[in-house]
Amino acid sequence: MSVIMDNKRETSLVGNGLFPSKDVMLDLKNLKKVYPTPKGDYVVLEDLNLQIRKEEFVTIIGHSGCGKTTMLSMIAGLNPISGGNISVLGKHIKGPGPDRGVIFQSPSLMPWMTTLQNVMLGVNQVFPHASRAQRTDIAKYYLQKVGMEDSFNKRASELSQGMQQRVGIARAFAIKPKVLLLDEPFGMLDSLTRGELQDILIEIWNKEKITAVMITHDVDEAIFLADRVVMMTSGPKAKIGDILNIDFERPRTRKSVLEHNDYYKYRKHLIDFLEH
Amino acid sequence: MKQSLTLGKVTKFMGLGFLSTLKGLFTGKLDKEEFKTFLRKTVVPIASILLFIGLWHMGAKSLYNIEADHKIEKALTDQGQEAAVALRACIASGESGCQPNTLPSPSQVWDSYKSLLRDHNIIAADKAAFIEKTAALNETRTAQGLDAITYTGRPSFVDQIFRSLKTVFAGFLLALFIAVPLGIFIGLSPTLKSAFNWFIQIFKPVSPVVWYLLVFMIVKTLLIGSNEDSSFTISFISVGLCSMWATLVNTAMGVSSVDKDYINVAKVLKLGNFQKIFKVVLPSSLPLIFTGLKITLSVAWMVLIAIELLAQSPGLGLFVWEEFQNGANDSNAKIIVAMFVIGIIGFLLDRLMLTIQNWVSFDKTDAI
Repeated sequence: MSVIMDNKRETSLVGNGLFPSKDVMLDLKNLKKVYPTPKGDYVVLEDLNLQIRKEEFVTIIGHSGCGKTTMLSMIAGLNPISGGNISVLGKHIKGPGPDRGVIFQSPSLMPWMTTLQNVMLGVNQVFPHASRAQRTDIAKYYLQKVGMEDSFNKRASELSQGMQQRVGIARAFAIKPKVLLLDEPFGMLDSLTRGELQDILIEIWNKEKITAVMITHDVDEAIFLADRVVMMTSGPKAKIGDILNIDFERPRTRKSVLEHNDYYKYRKHLIDFLEH
Repeated sequence: MKQSLTLGKVTKFMGLGFLSTLKGLFTGKLDKEEFKTFLRKTVVPIASILLFIGLWHMGAKSLYNIEADHKIEKALTDQGQEAAVALRACIASGESGCQPNTLPSPSQVWDSYKSLLRDHNIIAADKAAFIEKTAALNETRTAQGLDAITYTGRPSFVDQIFRSLKTVFAGFLLALFIAVPLGIFIGLSPTLKSAFNWFIQIFKPVSPVVWYLLVFMIVKTLLIGSNEDSSFTISFISVGLCSMWATLVNTAMGVSSVDKDYINVAKVLKLGNFQKIFKVVLPSSLPLIFTGLKITLSVAWMVLIAIELLAQSPGLGLFVWEEFQNGANDSNAKIIVAMFVIGIIGFLLDRLMLTIQNWVSFDKTDAI
């Protein structure tokens, strides 16, 4: 309902200089996903339109099973598109690729590799012409950024879930993707670790400014991290229900966000949407 | 962080953890809890072994009596009172010629074991002497381009064991090199899977004897005109073909059931096929591949005996068969010795595989 309206609002925001760039990084057009079942087709997503700008951080919230993850894995290229299209910088995507890095819900590190090897797996693939020393430096740099400098040679299976997800973040950033896709990356962590990892994520993101799309169930997380929060309607035939601009300045701190006058207004907006 | 490799850790790693409590017993450092584990893990197995030997002894004794009574009765009806009395005296005197032929007792088996070792020492000395004597001659022969003279005497029991191990390892390697790559391809491609499925289902249950005959038919034809002794070739190929199925099925299953998250990571990173197989698929399916290889090795060892027997290939199987045909007084005891040797080697091979598995696999839960 509000897509067109929303575009207008964005234009004005760009005019205000709130968005760093006008370029559309990720464009979803009339996206549709259908799963055939014995009882006929099940339409998960229909007429889903969303434009995400360069250097923008977008969080997506919606009820469980509404098709958020389906949408994200379609952007990643891991799930075929039934209708419409997805383009990155104007080019239609064809299958998965390292231009769209993914941080999965479970850390998905190879347990038989060390943390360094896990990050190197991607780095080797994306920078094949760099020397081995250069590639190692890249991997070590990002591992340092996520606070894993003491565990280069630890096996992934020896690490806690939170530590593994830190490596997952390092692995995703180290391949320098155009778009970063995060599928509820902190959903399995306790709230203390979750806060820690949000800080790490936003700190590294402030440096790299990689266009990010993140699914979350956590309203506070959605507000803290995002430039825009996208609300999806419940399935079947889910689409974008509403979009909320979060006008906090960056870099943000948790404290400044919580103390901001608009914080509870945003929060109420999201909760009202979810409770409808 | 550096961990010293203690004896205890090594034995535990090899699945021989029960040995570590023994050390505590000798050093006298055992608390109550440790004593309980010592009872359960060391005393109970030893007690059960002793009980087994006791039951075996009694069973063998009663079988001996039945056989002896039958023999004497037969002598009585066939040859009369005098012969029966003579036979009874002969059996009681322990003379080897008239002993009843039945299940040997533990002490007889132990004696046979010792005599087999003595026999081995004699043969080994003989062989060494032969090699020493022919060394000079062989040197001149090889200089002239002639074949060296080799020792052709009877192989000892220990030689047979090594021959069997050689056959089983050759067969195992054959199974490994066929089943693991094939399993990977089948696991990766649903098309290949449906192509090979019927093949696996039909050939998996085929008996070792039939495999032997099949291999015999083929190898015999292929080796026409060659003077070489084909029995070793035939037996190791049969062993390999018999035993490879577990590895094939497990590898295919392991490869096709790799965690979807890992596959997604590989897809997002656009890993090439080679990288995907060697960095993701293989390491992840290694635990299942090893489970398959462990089964393969034990099956290989099990069918080896039957196949050696058929192929007349030197080894423990042939040893057992020859002793059975021989029917000498201590033949039965020798067969039982071979049985224990086969069992113990089978157990050691299994532990060996477990050790290698723990070594290479990321999954540290020991699969037994």
